Amino acid sequence: MRAVPYLLSLPALLLFAGVVVIPLAMTVVLTFHDWGQYKGIEPVFILKNWQEVFGDPYYAEMFGRTFRIALIVTVLTALLGAPEAYILNRMKSPWRGLFLLVILGPLLISVVARTLGWALLFGGNSGLVNKALMSVGLISAPIPFMFTETGMVVALVHVLMPYMVLAVWAALQRLDPQVENAAVALGAGPLTVLCRIVLPQAMPGILSGAVIVFALAASAFATPAIIGGRRLKVASTLAYDEFLNTLNWPLGAVVAVLLLLALVLIVVGANRLVERRYAQVFG
Amino acid sequence: MAFLALDTLTKHFGSHVAVDRLTLKVEKGEFVSLLGPSGCGKTTTLQMIAGFVEPTSGGIRLEGRDLLAVKPAKRGLGIVFQSYALFPHMTVAENVSFGLEMQGVAAAERAKRVGETLDLVGLGAFAGRFPRQLSGGQQQRVALARALVIRPQILLLDEPLSNLDAKLREEMQIELRQIQRTVGTTTILVTHDQGEAMALSDRIVVMNHGRAEQIGPPHETYERPATPFVASFLGKTNLVSGATVRPERISFAAAGLAGTVRTRIFQGNHWLYQVDTADGLVTVIRQNTGEAMPGEGAAVRLAWRALPPQSSGEVSASSRTEGS
Repeated sequence: MRAVPYLLSLPALLLFAGVVVIPLAMTVVLTFHDWGQYKGIEPVFILKNWQEVFGDPYYAEMFGRTFRIALIVTVLTALLGAPEAYILNRMKSPWRGLFLLVILGPLLISVVARTLGWALLFGGNSGLVNKALMSVGLISAPIPFMFTETGMVVALVHVLMPYMVLAVWAALQRLDPQVENAAVALGAGPLTVLCRIVLPQAMPGILSGAVIVFALAASAFATPAIIGGRRLKVASTLAYDEFLNTLNWPLGAVVAVLLLLALVLIVVGANRLVERRYAQVFG
Repeated sequence: MAFLALDTLTKHFGSHVAVDRLTLKVEKGEFVSLLGPSGCGKTTTLQMIAGFVEPTSGGIRLEGRDLLAVKPAKRGLGIVFQSYALFPHMTVAENVSFGLEMQGVAAAERAKRVGETLDLVGLGAFAGRFPRQLSGGQQQRVALARALVIRPQILLLDEPLSNLDAKLREEMQIELRQIQRTVGTTTILVTHDQGEAMALSDRIVVMNHGRAEQIGPPHETYERPATPFVASFLGKTNLVSGATVRPERISFAAAGLAGTVRTRIFQGNHWLYQVDTADGLVTVIRQNTGEAMPGEGAAVRLAWRALPPQSSGEVSASSRTEGS
């Protein structure tokens, strides 16, 4: 009888094995195969691909860029998204519903369409964004957005903002509004209430939003592919190129597996930290 | 001059009148309860004193100063919220210390006063815990300590015991009364529990539909209710032979109103009877003294002493009545 729960979850386990575990294992196996321009993939066990990725600073630069962009995007979404969620939380209906729709609206549109929109706005030195920035006098010369990290960061922040806002908003909704009143009654001004009462309670939301945004930014494909193109590659577009342009599947597999490993380590580590810090406070 | 004076305090929410020309004078050190059913305006009154709700008209004066001109953060009142509203991300000591920090009290003095206040509420050993790690009763004490440590001119209690179970509530009532006596802070309690109001207060303000129906000491208000609402809200009542009689004032006698016992319920320290009489169903409460009592179906005769009607001549200065 003890086997019953396992038997009942067997269909789900089979599906999980079929669509996640087996392809992943095959990808890992692929990383050890050999490849040549004329001979194709040879099913042997060698470490050549791993040695190439770890030995060539080109790949270190790719991964460095990937995580640098992900980190900047995460910090920017937190800086912009947390106040956004706070303002949203303080709004009264009907405004709250309306602005929630405005914030979540981008999720309803394909990432490709949104990023192409940014590409149009950036569009070289005479793009709309540059024209606008120059006409209000913020910059004197056009900033290159296309094929730069700046452009990628701007587009990714826009694409990933809803995840941060939603995570922080969920945390803010759990707040007892009387807690703010209690702080006011004890003599706290608005700024003190915000920094000492609201922000610390929103922190778990900001951190979980940050984990989601970081993972999505580091593994993003469409936005870097369109804004960065083949001139400015990140790990995901690099893997794509190896697979579909160079046709060097084993090398692409190494990049993909490395990206996955790094992300799992960072996300699990961050979660551990957050949980340890907040377990006794919020449970 | 009264310590705290509410003068024809009124609050409208749209067309709804939450508080209707409430006038109340509270003396220094007094414990006054605002008692009434939900929606009677008692919480709104408290929130106007605290400054979270702005009155539509009327005034609030504290020691003669206009309190409405003072921002909520500057009123220096201690408030215990129904949900306790503790800061979940701070330890017990940090919670209690917060108000002192806002007042700019030096760290050493702060630590001393936090320790003293936590000892006062019996939580000296829990200073390093987070609110989540405490029971409901303990969280309640932290909330009380946090309100008292700033030495408020007035302590406002918003249904502070309503989230506790019955036994704990009774213990906390006794403790709350003792603490209030010890520190001597003028206290205003909002509650819908007439037992709690009577147990704790020097005076009770019975509110209904935003108006004060009666203001007076608990015993007097219970014995001499000004209106039928006050009589029925403060305890069980019978209307027999045109007089309002409390169930515990009716006894079984040799002569009197004839009736038949319909139900008899044993409640430990007393028996609860329902007796069919010519005047209708009469509720009778008799102390359990260990003697034999009439059973169900028994023929009994009821004798009583009616509540004396409230005459204006008997009303003392501290028990002015108003309302219907």
